[in-house]
Amino acid sequence: MLAYTMRRLLVAIPTMLVIITVAFFMMRFAPGSPFDSERALSPEIREQLNRFYGFDKPIFQQFVDYLVGLGHLQLGPSLIYKDQSVSEIIASGFPVSLSIGLCALVLATCVGVPMGLFAALKQNSAPDYSIMALAMVGICVPSLVVGPILSLVFGVYLGWLPTAGLNLGKMTFETLLLPVVTLSLAQIAIISRLVRSSTVEILRSNFVRTARAKGLSEFQVLSKHALRAALLPLVSYLGPACAALITGSVVVETVFQLPGIGKNFVTSALQRDYPVVMAVVILYAGLIIFLNLMADLAYGLLDPKVKYE
Amino acid sequence: MKITHRSIAHATTALMLSLALVSCGGGNEADKARTLHFGNSAEPLSLDPHQASGVWENRIIGDLLIGLVTDDPKGRPIPGMATGWTTSSDGLVWTFKLRDALWSDGVPVTADDFVYAWRRIMTTKPPAKYASILYVIKNAEQIYDGRIKDVTQLGVRAIDAKTLEVTLDHPAPYLPGLLTHYTSFPIPKHVVEKVGSAWIKAENFVGNGPFKLKQWKPNDFVHVVRNTNYYENAKVCLDQIFYYPTTDDNAAERRVRTGELDINANFSGSRLEEINKNLPGYARIHSYTGLTYYLFNMRKPPFNDERVRAAISMTADREFVTSQILKAKQEPAYSLVPPGVAHYTSGAVTTDFKGQSLQTRLVRARKLLEEAGYGPSKPLKFTFSFRNTNDNPRVAPVVQQNWAKIAPWVQVDILGAETQINYEKLRNGDFQLGDAGWISDFNDAKNFVYLFQTSTDQLNYGKYSNPEFDRLMDAADLEKDTKKRAALMQEAEALVLKENGLMPMWFLTNRNLVSPRITGWEDNAVDIHRARYLCTTDALKSATLPKS
Repeated sequence: MLAYTMRRLLVAIPTMLVIITVAFFMMRFAPGSPFDSERALSPEIREQLNRFYGFDKPIFQQFVDYLVGLGHLQLGPSLIYKDQSVSEIIASGFPVSLSIGLCALVLATCVGVPMGLFAALKQNSAPDYSIMALAMVGICVPSLVVGPILSLVFGVYLGWLPTAGLNLGKMTFETLLLPVVTLSLAQIAIISRLVRSSTVEILRSNFVRTARAKGLSEFQVLSKHALRAALLPLVSYLGPACAALITGSVVVETVFQLPGIGKNFVTSALQRDYPVVMAVVILYAGLIIFLNLMADLAYGLLDPKVKYE
Repeated sequence: MKITHRSIAHATTALMLSLALVSCGGGNEADKARTLHFGNSAEPLSLDPHQASGVWENRIIGDLLIGLVTDDPKGRPIPGMATGWTTSSDGLVWTFKLRDALWSDGVPVTADDFVYAWRRIMTTKPPAKYASILYVIKNAEQIYDGRIKDVTQLGVRAIDAKTLEVTLDHPAPYLPGLLTHYTSFPIPKHVVEKVGSAWIKAENFVGNGPFKLKQWKPNDFVHVVRNTNYYENAKVCLDQIFYYPTTDDNAAERRVRTGELDINANFSGSRLEEINKNLPGYARIHSYTGLTYYLFNMRKPPFNDERVRAAISMTADREFVTSQILKAKQEPAYSLVPPGVAHYTSGAVTTDFKGQSLQTRLVRARKLLEEAGYGPSKPLKFTFSFRNTNDNPRVAPVVQQNWAKIAPWVQVDILGAETQINYEKLRNGDFQLGDAGWISDFNDAKNFVYLFQTSTDQLNYGKYSNPEFDRLMDAADLEKDTKKRAALMQEAEALVLKENGLMPMWFLTNRNLVSPRITGWEDNAVDIHRARYLCTTDALKSATLPKS
């Protein structure tokens, strides 16, 4: 397993390089510049700014410079947020996105898996249809709608929870509850549908029939045999889903006014703050690669047929 | 135990109530009475007055630093660090007498701090985007763009510790107003020389304003606290302010509604009715020294023809747009300089079609276009590019329909783009009809009329150019008398309107949500509300003296 892990990590290097290259050139060739705003700059000042940030060099030279900087773990200054470096921006935003994302993932798994299992066991019955209808609603209603409604109901009408923001920089249970629930609703829906369909399929397979024939109770069949196999599609889904959740959701962070990096990613892209966009892309890509590896390793634990060579 | 629906409901309620109790805990009443939670619309890009560029940064910087001139509660210029000033007979040399004041670390503020700051803004790296506001100072422009290398050539010098002499490039009776802008604020030389650009970090920050920086959590809040060394500290009511980057107006409105925020520096015009119903007395609307205008690209057809520009400008239904789309008391614009601009009569000159019915204008426009050679065999086709932010995307299809009514052969495409892309297109001349917005940096008509001077170059996106217009503006620059100067600029404004050098659309309004708990808030045209004038009803009731 160690050799397999090492091999995967080695393969990750060229993958990351490709991602960095594509992102770098896509950003640079996008129309608009970080220096365009209502107040147009004179050509002399624009030239000075370009020289200061190295944008006057040939684009390939800039790319090489960027890679060299990256090799020295330097993400550079933000072009827009003048008082902060990119590392500071990521360091301040990532813990918030990570906390909300992980909580949402845990909540979604804890609620979604039992819901999916229950629906599968009661296949084609009223509870199954109800759960799946609910799940469909969860998938269809975007967090842009759910967030403000939850904020309005629990924050404004009932006054039980703060409508938005952290508690003066502190992440507390009550400040995170609504964002986490908003973020997890769609995931609960997806996970429950995923678990239901895989469980229905597994419950019809030969090894489950064998287990039942050997006289095991339904609970034993489910927990010892069916569940492990039924969770395999979920594991492969959770890798990228986890990366997406912990790198922040622009909608949830905007609606609940949270200082995460999801919002940063979008505003930086709109303002052409190249170094910040690149840093978030690298973080996101790295997380996807890492979490996919974790998912593949988890496969080995769940599925005895999987061997790492 | 049997679990019933009722027991679940009880358990949920108990949980929520305990949460509510937890969230309400912390902070005593006296602290709350002198604490302001301010929704500041966006994250500051910088708090260094030499790198900042937005109105939301001005709100914080203006509470941290005080310039020679400062703002009164109505946003009008009043003496700040200067106790008064004299002007030479030619209007070029201004001498400011400074008051005895201290930086927040107890070091005296001197004229040298101003000299240091003004030299720094002209030479700092990366270049200060807003330094051009100070071009009125002798040699500023040449030093900024590198033509003069010796920064001591800048027209500012310290005669002694408490006397500052400023030499101008041309007379500028509007100088006091301009000096309320943060680009002219002093910075603590003794700190900046030691820590460089990191002087603005909370751990290093030193200021001369009523508040000092305590903490800045990016994208979360900026926390400032009372500066006991401020020269009028005894008059300041608030002890601390939290500024939040409230990018989502609707979320901010909910926070105001629950009392999490005392003020939010914006709200959506379409929400006005709802806000007046749910939060009576909170919505504060005032005319703003800013406008939205459309620009004709006069470098090439069809808009190098004055008749085409006139036809297109006169047929946009500004009344419908402001009353039915924008809905926040914006005024239809038929001139360039907005109401509320100092020493100037807004609307004294207007486009000639103001007051005509839309029907009359449509007939007139069709005739003008036919005279210009357009018709069924030669349709008028152009693209209107606009910023897809705020209300602009909702306005674009309305004006498109307006133009379609001129004649079936007027065919207009509309194209929305991100703000950065839109301005890049304007800068490169890659547009036919484009949309832009302008908010004054200082309260003077020049700030609007100069947009159409040939020498304005980059900002004169449509490349309007008329030697007579330039002559009038140059003459206004040399004129010391405020009334004569205004008359010259009015003549220039009339000229650019007559030639349809722009298509004024609407004058902006500033919109704030202000809790009735806050006192001292005065609506004004520049939308500047320095926190040192604000207080809360609770603090006034407790009637305790502020800490000194």
